[in-house]
Amino acid sequence: MLETATLSRRSLLKAGALAGGGLMLTASLPMVAKAATSTGAAPATLNAYVSISPDNVITIVGKNPEIGQGIKTMLPMLIADELDADWEQVRITQADFDPQKYGFQFAGGSFATPMNWLPMRQVGAATRQMLLGAAAARWGVPASSLKTERGRIIDPASGRTLTYGEVASDAVSQPVPDLETVALKDPKDFHIIGRPISGIDSPRIVRGEPIFGVDTLLPGMKYAAFERAPVFGAKLVSADLEAAKAVPGVEDVLVMKGGDNPELLIDGVAVISSNWWIAKEARKKLAIEWDNGQWASHSTAGYAARAAELVKGKPETILGESGDVDTAFASAARVIEADYSYPFLAHVAMEPMNCTALAHEDGRIELWAPTQNPTAGAQGIAQQLGIGQDKISIHITRMGGGFGRRLTNDFMVQAAAIAARKPGTPIQLIWSREDDIRSDFYRPAGWHKMRAALDADGKLIGMDNHFVTFIKNGQVTLENSMTADEFPAPFLENVRLGQSTMETRVPTGALRAPRSNALSFVYQSFLDEIAHAQGRDLPALMLELLGDREPLPGTRGPFGEQPGFSPPRAKGVIEKVVAMSDFRGRPHEGRAKGFGFYYSHLGYFAEVVEASLDRGQVVVHNVWAAGDVGSHIINPFGALNQVEGSIIDGLGQAVALAVEIEGGAAKPGNFHEYEIPRMPVTPKITVEFVKTDNPPTGMGEPALPPVIPALTNALFALTGKRIRNLPIDTSQLV
Amino acid sequence: MAYRVEINGETRELDVPGEMPLLWALRNELGLVGTKFGCGMALCGACTVHVDGVATRSCSVPVSALEGKKVTTIEALAESPIGRALQQAWVEEDVMQCGYCQAGQLMNASALLARNPQPSSQEIQQAMAGNICRCACYTRIHDAIAMVAEKGTANA
Repeated sequence: MLETATLSRRSLLKAGALAGGGLMLTASLPMVAKAATSTGAAPATLNAYVSISPDNVITIVGKNPEIGQGIKTMLPMLIADELDADWEQVRITQADFDPQKYGFQFAGGSFATPMNWLPMRQVGAATRQMLLGAAAARWGVPASSLKTERGRIIDPASGRTLTYGEVASDAVSQPVPDLETVALKDPKDFHIIGRPISGIDSPRIVRGEPIFGVDTLLPGMKYAAFERAPVFGAKLVSADLEAAKAVPGVEDVLVMKGGDNPELLIDGVAVISSNWWIAKEARKKLAIEWDNGQWASHSTAGYAARAAELVKGKPETILGESGDVDTAFASAARVIEADYSYPFLAHVAMEPMNCTALAHEDGRIELWAPTQNPTAGAQGIAQQLGIGQDKISIHITRMGGGFGRRLTNDFMVQAAAIAARKPGTPIQLIWSREDDIRSDFYRPAGWHKMRAALDADGKLIGMDNHFVTFIKNGQVTLENSMTADEFPAPFLENVRLGQSTMETRVPTGALRAPRSNALSFVYQSFLDEIAHAQGRDLPALMLELLGDREPLPGTRGPFGEQPGFSPPRAKGVIEKVVAMSDFRGRPHEGRAKGFGFYYSHLGYFAEVVEASLDRGQVVVHNVWAAGDVGSHIINPFGALNQVEGSIIDGLGQAVALAVEIEGGAAKPGNFHEYEIPRMPVTPKITVEFVKTDNPPTGMGEPALPPVIPALTNALFALTGKRIRNLPIDTSQLV
Repeated sequence: MAYRVEINGETRELDVPGEMPLLWALRNELGLVGTKFGCGMALCGACTVHVDGVATRSCSVPVSALEGKKVTTIEALAESPIGRALQQAWVEEDVMQCGYCQAGQLMNASALLARNPQPSSQEIQQAMAGNICRCACYTRIHDAIAMVAEKGTANA
């Protein structure tokens, strides 16, 4: 079995006494040096803290940020199961940001599950071994004669029992096991892993307790609203602050001069009050002159027109070519050509961007930050304010959603920069929903001219994609890029990926299942076109392309070796969903089914959508999803929640969502102009997991990408009209 | 002038501009931060409270309109049997992902069950359509409400 996380020989387990008695275990688990550093990722260290108090409470530190993906509940489940604890005796505390102490603290990329699956269990098993050793010493029997059950040690020979708490203080002096060789449970004995466990913070949330970033309350705290230029890339020329300052309740108005990098501070004006609503209202009284430079002429319509021109010519760059594409097309009996596009998308996490910052008189900055990536936040603040990172401390708060938006920490830098101007006063910066939608790091729009060559037998013999994307100062920015190994490239002889570019200042970034959330639509729709041209369905074409191929070679990911794409696993979920959904059965009157498959974030998902049209509206009746994320579904509650959420998220994007750019600014402002799904449009969702002998991988992202082409392919099956541009324009379907 | 509003059974004086939305009086003046800001335009339902028992978007009701009225927020939801039953169902069914919208969902759901203890599935969907859950936990929210309706709240 290939483990995605491998521990080095330097793994270290330290035992110490807990204040007031009990055992405190600290595991320092540096990942093997083969973890790539070229990606710029932080050094991959996984640390774990477990303590057991004399009253038998087990406390596990949750070190990663919680955005609703369930990590704060899930990682401790791994430790607690191997420890053979009773889940009821486990408490979880949220760690502050402290890379020296906790190692890598990050929420994104569905990394946490594959990274932690083995090491966290080893920590739990080692802890259990020390407790067993302590009980054996007390009773004067061999440890091998004892067993554990739900937080107790049992001597089967005598019937004696001790709780973990009762031997915790003794365990401090037990030899520390080698994490590499510590015996792990037989998976059939798991009693926490695989059990549906409700989110650890849920009881507090249903009582309305302060738990999110924006709930931070500090003595003397003031609220800030921030006015920035509507046009991306604009500069502040001058600002008349008097009218805003004159509003009763406004305590200060500050011109903030920033730079060109939207991840740091950009130009704007901060309004400060003891009530955020007063600050927000006073913003309307600001008179600011902006220099929009050349950027006010930019629009999505302009980008689309330019992209349409670009794809008529040769690509600026060939990102990859294998075989002889031109010859394949020259010899083709039939060429299929189609232009695809998708729009900018916003994240719209329910909790608008916010951050609380306090500049202490001694120059330290303390933050209460809802961030998926505190490391980057600290770096950005250090860079912006010209201070050392050792002067910055961050409390990680629970987040009202992330979806990738909080990987970028511009709001933290803004809060810190404002607070630095008001030393001694805690400042809570809150963005309005309009700020949130209009100051995002958007899922980039993109355009693709797709071409396929079929021989006289209808066999797919070549594929060509001319991709148009965005650059800033000549550089392709994050999440605007593509790689030449996009499926089905590794399974075709003659494939080419070309790229052309357009300059923009619209900030772009990662949105849940970045790149995959767009490329799935392009490739699985285009393959559906090819399958129809061949007179068969997409699952049949997919199974033929995958053939009997062995898994592709592993790659080096940011955290070590990652397994390569596995055709047998892909086939497993495709065959499963075809059966589950009765894909080839006679459709319900007036409805049709469509299929999509995608592999992202190490997860394999095949999905079928059943849809109809009702007075020009797309109606989704059913979605069937088959997923392979490895050998175990660690928390079935969390896993199902992620799959259902991803599916509804993807359907919502396909049906309604786009951020239009007009006059260099983002047009939609609030939920009436950016209509995310609501309860009445929720389809029936049926999920099955195909369990394979592979280490478990993350659930936050991989279920989203395939649902979009599954829907558009269903609409083709229903109407014979092909959706090639998102969001779906139903007027094209009649 | 100060406005007198009964909030969670206690009369509170609010010395704020009369047009200030209740949401910001709750959060920034009284420190009752369980009620959440989501949109500011009564579009998402995250800020839902009860005013005289009616589910109301606190981001869009001014403090001046609340004199003599009774406001209930998420912090006092557990004082009603329906509220307790919903809170329990929310935890048992693991309704939430991020949880940010859930105060509003719970307040809206409890107002629904107070006026219609046995809603049909369609009635649940219609009543809850104003509350956005960006994580899309809709299936679970729906099922948790249906479960409470079916069980009744006698034992809560």
